[in-house]
Amino acid sequence: MLIGLYNYWIVVVLMMIGFYIVIAHGNLIKKIVGLTIFQTSVFIFYISMAKVDGGTAPILADGIERYSNPLPHVLILTAIVVGIATTALALALTVRIKEAYGSIEEEHIQEKDNQAC
Amino acid sequence: MKDLVAVVMLAGIYGLLSACFFVAMDAVDVAFTEASVGAGISTLLMLVAITMTGRSEQAARHKPALAFVVVVITGGLLIYGTLDMPYFGAVDAPIQVHVAPRYINDSMQEVGVPNIVTSVLASYRGFDTFGEAVVIFTAGIGVLTLLPVLRSRKGDDAVESLNDSMHEQHLIVRIVTKILIPLILLFALYVQFHGDFGPGGGFQAGVIFAAAIILYAMLFGLEVARRVINQTFIQFAAAFGVLLYGSVGLVSLLNGGNFLDYSVLSADPIAGQHLGILLIELGVGCTVTSVMVIIFFHFAGRKEDKQRMKEEEVG
Repeated sequence: MLIGLYNYWIVVVLMMIGFYIVIAHGNLIKKIVGLTIFQTSVFIFYISMAKVDGGTAPILADGIERYSNPLPHVLILTAIVVGIATTALALALTVRIKEAYGSIEEEHIQEKDNQAC
Repeated sequence: MKDLVAVVMLAGIYGLLSACFFVAMDAVDVAFTEASVGAGISTLLMLVAITMTGRSEQAARHKPALAFVVVVITGGLLIYGTLDMPYFGAVDAPIQVHVAPRYINDSMQEVGVPNIVTSVLASYRGFDTFGEAVVIFTAGIGVLTLLPVLRSRKGDDAVESLNDSMHEQHLIVRIVTKILIPLILLFALYVQFHGDFGPGGGFQAGVIFAAAIILYAMLFGLEVARRVINQTFIQFAAAFGVLLYGSVGLVSLLNGGNFLDYSVLSADPIAGQHLGILLIELGVGCTVTSVMVIIFFHFAGRKEDKQRMKEEEVG
């Protein structure tokens, strides 16, 4: 039953959407949005692997036999916050690029670099 | 889509949707974080960045066909790679049989915290989390260096008058915000200190706390917010959080345990674990709050400074 793998396929589709945005668009803000989508697809990948059939949220309570795997949750929880910190850094770089080059389009930046050479 | 504001809004909605998805996957802590980060802070920062870089994208001249081919091939290979993966929700998948049973079965005796995610985050894998806190701190320093505030102290009166006019304009929003901010701060504290028993912890609480401060700064002006939260203080708090985390590790080292082994912090190992988790969550919350506020202040401050400098050049 191949259909049991559908969670991975959703992840791959999302990941490829993000990847496409990163390589096909010249606008730096759009590239950052693409990277965010890519990043979230990795989060979904981890979290969907942690899911156990019939399991519940990993908070111990009486009368519950089966919990989802807490380890991927921990990894992704911290990864999300680190992700926003790196996104902020990328946005800061974009703002500086805008100030230095007057544009955030990849082609314009390339042209200016070529002229400077 | 050429309008970047629409793109950012859609990204925010995507963040919220993925948070809902995480709830459905039983990852409540993760959903909490994603809702506050993906739908909240990240959308906000992107909007601030867009106000400085322009809101529309220029038409691309290159052809995206090649990119499309690359993406399709990569995607096909990745899907081929998934064919050997365990099925969704499988109980006997390799990931479920190695360390996870230890965390689920023994964490109550060893750490004594009902929320397994918290006990893994803060105790079993405390060293990882320490690394994450340092990464966040470094990102804060990076933004500080990339976007230094261009201080021109002349325009203070202009800011005051601008604030007065904004008072008139957004009266309802301001009053509602004034009522909401204490509740948001209270909720952040609840999330911070209740993280042992329910979903929550330092990361989420830090982001929510920062959101309240950013909300205040957005509505009452950056200068007013800077007067409430001093720049030096917030930079100190960012460093203090990481230092507190590291010191807890060092104290446990001095007490004869391993680095970040909280059991030796107190005569009773469980009490020691509780104390250690409380302290390091506090450190994480402190750092996350301060770094988020620093990032926002520097983005927004850069914009205001630019505007002021332009006005001074014209005038």
